[in-house]
Amino acid sequence: MSEEAKSPSPPPPGGEQKPAAEGAAPSTPKTATPAAAPPKATAPAAGHAPAVPAKPAGPAPIPWDSQMVTRLKGQYGSGIREANTYLGQNYMVVETSIAAELLQILRDQEQFDYCVDITAVHYPNREKQFDLIWILYSHVRNERIRVKIMITDDETAPSSVSIWPAANWLEREVYDMFGIRFDGHPDLKRILLPDGWKGHPLRKEYGIIQQDQEWVQINLGIESGQ
Amino acid sequence: MTDATKSLARLSSSNLELGAPDKTFLDTNELIINMGPQHPATHGVLRVILKLDGEKVLGTECVIGYLHRGVEKIAEHRTYAMFNPYVDRMDYVAAVSNGLGYCEAVEKLLNVEAPPRAKYIRVILTELNRLASHMLWLGTHALDIGAITPLFYTFRDREEILKIFEKYCGARLTTHAFRIGGCQYETYEGFERDVTKFVDFVKPKIDEYEELLTTNRIWVKRTKGVGVISDKDCIALGVTGPVLRASGVKWDLRKAQPYAAYSDFDFEIPTGQNGDTYDRYLVRMQEMRQSLRIIEQAVGKIPEGPIMAKVPKVLKPPVGEIYHSIEAPKGELGYFIVSDGSTQPYRVRVRPPSFVNLQALDMMVRGQLVADVIAVIGTLDIVLGEVDR
Repeated sequence: MSEEAKSPSPPPPGGEQKPAAEGAAPSTPKTATPAAAPPKATAPAAGHAPAVPAKPAGPAPIPWDSQMVTRLKGQYGSGIREANTYLGQNYMVVETSIAAELLQILRDQEQFDYCVDITAVHYPNREKQFDLIWILYSHVRNERIRVKIMITDDETAPSSVSIWPAANWLEREVYDMFGIRFDGHPDLKRILLPDGWKGHPLRKEYGIIQQDQEWVQINLGIESGQ
Repeated sequence: MTDATKSLARLSSSNLELGAPDKTFLDTNELIINMGPQHPATHGVLRVILKLDGEKVLGTECVIGYLHRGVEKIAEHRTYAMFNPYVDRMDYVAAVSNGLGYCEAVEKLLNVEAPPRAKYIRVILTELNRLASHMLWLGTHALDIGAITPLFYTFRDREEILKIFEKYCGARLTTHAFRIGGCQYETYEGFERDVTKFVDFVKPKIDEYEELLTTNRIWVKRTKGVGVISDKDCIALGVTGPVLRASGVKWDLRKAQPYAAYSDFDFEIPTGQNGDTYDRYLVRMQEMRQSLRIIEQAVGKIPEGPIMAKVPKVLKPPVGEIYHSIEAPKGELGYFIVSDGSTQPYRVRVRPPSFVNLQALDMMVRGQLVADVIAVIGTLDIVLGEVDR
């Protein structure tokens, strides 16, 4: 019920299905973006950063001060774009070009031996549409951090399967759901959805109503109940 | 002679012929077979493609997704409170844990904390749920290996837990027991009595399960040295929960990064040494006893006070991201939530323990016998509802 109230008219069929056609998506973001997309996400590069003064009551991120950050900043300089603490959780935003090397260093030298999760967030109104996030944990230090890169639709992300074997399925899921390709992944294919599936469901322009109508009407020959 | 007897006669005579052995029977070709998705020992709809050399497993590939419902996509189209019941349907044998993780994550994002009384109720119900989950695991795992009796014992005793859930919130499995900010329901009249009664009832029962299995020669032969995984491999593969602990890593989020009210209680983290199926069994048995210990401590001193923190009717967390994880019965269950300041989450990512643990299956069964695949799937304790989401 709630989707009907808030969903925009379904995007033109086929608009987001082929990687080749995906380049066209940013040109028509208004029709393709569900209402849940924040209007303020249009601020270039600020993205999700909670520095927007819309919510004065909310806690603001404070600089993340630690020896590790100092060391890494000394090594990579502006490659570490942000290192903050928000609600007690540490995260850093880094350049894509240094990501692979940085992740390797985090495991080998900083003892982040456990890759908890890899996931992505889609911001269709941004130039760099995707946030790609590694959640890492160190058993030795009992510390959890997040490493984030921002990539465009055409860019590939560095694969971390060679660093943490756990990344294998996690990266496959990110590919399945967002269509982000990983460089150096041994077997990048869909994992939860069938091989012939069209589109990547967790992209914002992927309408659930349209999907439902298409599938139900084609396969069952009845009107969708949604 | 009828046709049937004729063919029977032909069959029996051909059986007696001891000519040259049929080549196809001694062929050493590799064989690729399917296990599942409709297979009673895969605990749901898991399909494993096995590459076999006779009885030996050369490699496996898991095909998953049969139960994919797009939970993360649904979350983007629901308000924070509306999404709460959906999380119960992921790991449906430990719905309370799922709810706890989600509620705590949103609370963190909102910067509110549940009152102490709510935290204690949460701990009691979550630990009861851990027991229920481990009981279901034990029954089905033993059944897979050929021991039928434990299933009846554990289901009988798990029923008592479900009765407490039903009395508390009206549901047995998909409980939706907690709300963002605390609990919806006050404990019912006699809740403490029921829980204490259950603890006293189930303590000797766990010894009974162990009597059936721990020294049972068939059980030991089927589980010792089967599906071995080292501590290093566990960490590299992101394996968590009892599987990690059975490999000797003393890591439990309830201790490492305490949440809810776990820092108030005295309990131990049981570990194993060998990382085999038998050790994982022992670790889970010990965990059940530790859960009872926590419940006993908690039920004696539930603090008085409100059960809901002050949260607005319409939840609008400030713009930001949060990752919060808890120790679910299967391992680390995490929620990564991105808020855009509206009433609906911009993105919810669930980090399911079963999904990540299942990845270790291939390493654990390589070189083992095909019958051990069943034992290893059982010992990983996966729930496909959570793997596929």
